[in-house]
Amino acid sequence: MHRFANPARFTRIADRVLPFAGFGAVAALGIGFYLALFVAPADYQQGETVRIMYVHVPSAWMALFIYVAMAVASAAALIWRHPLADVAAKASSPIGAGFAFLTLVTGSLWGRPMWGTWWEWDGRLTSMLILFFLYLGHMALMHAFEDQQRGYRAAAVLALVGVINVPIIKFSVDWWATLHQPASVLRLDGPTIHSSMLWPLLITALGFKLYFVTLVLLRMKSELIAARLRALDLARLKAS
Amino acid sequence: MKGLAVIVGRDLRLALRQSADAWLAVLFFVLTAALFPFGIGPEPNLLRLIAPGVIWVVALLAVLLSLERLFLADYEDGSLEQLLLSPLPLELAILGKVAAHWLTTGLPLIAAAPLLAVLFNMDLTGLGVLLLAMLLGTPVLSLIGAVGAALTLGARRGGVLIPLLVLPLYVPALIFGVGATEAALADLSARPNLLFLGALLLVMLLVTPLAAAAALRQALE
Amino acid sequence: MREIADFFQMGGYAAFVWPALGLTLLVMLGLLVTTLRQLRARQRRLADLEAQGASRRPRREEAPPRQEEATS
Repeated sequence: MHRFANPARFTRIADRVLPFAGFGAVAALGIGFYLALFVAPADYQQGETVRIMYVHVPSAWMALFIYVAMAVASAAALIWRHPLADVAAKASSPIGAGFAFLTLVTGSLWGRPMWGTWWEWDGRLTSMLILFFLYLGHMALMHAFEDQQRGYRAAAVLALVGVINVPIIKFSVDWWATLHQPASVLRLDGPTIHSSMLWPLLITALGFKLYFVTLVLLRMKSELIAARLRALDLARLKAS
Repeated sequence: MKGLAVIVGRDLRLALRQSADAWLAVLFFVLTAALFPFGIGPEPNLLRLIAPGVIWVVALLAVLLSLERLFLADYEDGSLEQLLLSPLPLELAILGKVAAHWLTTGLPLIAAAPLLAVLFNMDLTGLGVLLLAMLLGTPVLSLIGAVGAALTLGARRGGVLIPLLVLPLYVPALIFGVGATEAALADLSARPNLLFLGALLLVMLLVTPLAAAAALRQALE
Repeated sequence: MREIADFFQMGGYAAFVWPALGLTLLVMLGLLVTTLRQLRARQRRLADLEAQGASRRPRREEAPPRQEEATS
């Protein structure tokens, strides 16, 4: 487990993976968007607006996936005290927040022509809003301490508490949404998906995932250098 | 068990010495809720309709007010470190502190709730379910709040951070609490909501002491 | 020509489809660019510090009194 804890080794491995992940992301996103815009059919019910699905649904998947990944990293950080796990969690949460934000905005843009309002308190969107707040709390706590180590630890505990609460929140919000809503409202997950829509969706989703891998590796590299800089600053402060 | 009683007793004595704090929370609760008719209008049916939501949201905010103090005094005077070294498991000690917090904020809020029920035209069955739901729900607020308070010890702007960390986690308690009360007012069964609230309380009783203990340990490292 | 115009109109939903796609690309690119800029800036600072440290350490050994002068 600690074999990869050495920052220099991590940076070497990351540098080797990065070109593949980067090019893969560009290729998958290019193909995915091409298919989504030119090849995939318009939906018989939702018309051309269904094309928003190809960014909305992968964003939502990523927002959830990144939170779980962050919680796994946080658990590794707390249990094994693995230093890279802390760095990974810190690098992930802004990306997750970005995807949660995109899910909300694209959902709103999709909802406007479908529901006639910019915001509907629909179960999925509402849960995503709360997930977005959870990300913001994680980021705020991460940066709330003078000592970065304390930020890492506190944020790790928060991420674990959050991941236990996410299913509870999801359940409660769904429960609440079904109580308060007419059942006829169109849901933003596309009607039963035909394969002509599924392939573009899956390829775009793959692009999003590779984009995340690229970005998180870059951010981890950056954070490791920042840690080095902090250590050097501290050493200089002591020396002077 | 004896150690637990000692902690609860000590915290209660401290709280009673500063009983102004508990009064402030209750005052905040009543005052803020009393603002709503001014904002919305005194139409009795409308007030009855929004009563469960308003009372729960305001109760949530009132609990939030008192969270920062939960561990702060002990953190600053060093008694938290003694707690860490004592033979009593830290998780139990935290449960003791949460119990004391609930007795000094959650319970007074429940005691004040009938007053709001009168102000908002709530009938007797609605009030009964509201009190029952608050009895199950306010401990959840204290438990989750304890994690937030423990995580922000020694943080910059800790007081402002707590709401950001804790409020999203309060959503299920709010939904089930309001749901139970609304169901009762609509002559429906409040049972499912109350059961969910009870289940939530059990889960949080298990999870939050562990999390708060982890947070306190890293704060004192 | 007609087909291109039709394509950009998105069946009358252009005002919703294009902002959604555009914003997604904007946020994703924005995150990437800020990350890269931060990385470059940090790499540069680290290189500077290391160059400084490398040049200072031997100097400190040669002339310790100057170091004391500077700090006092």
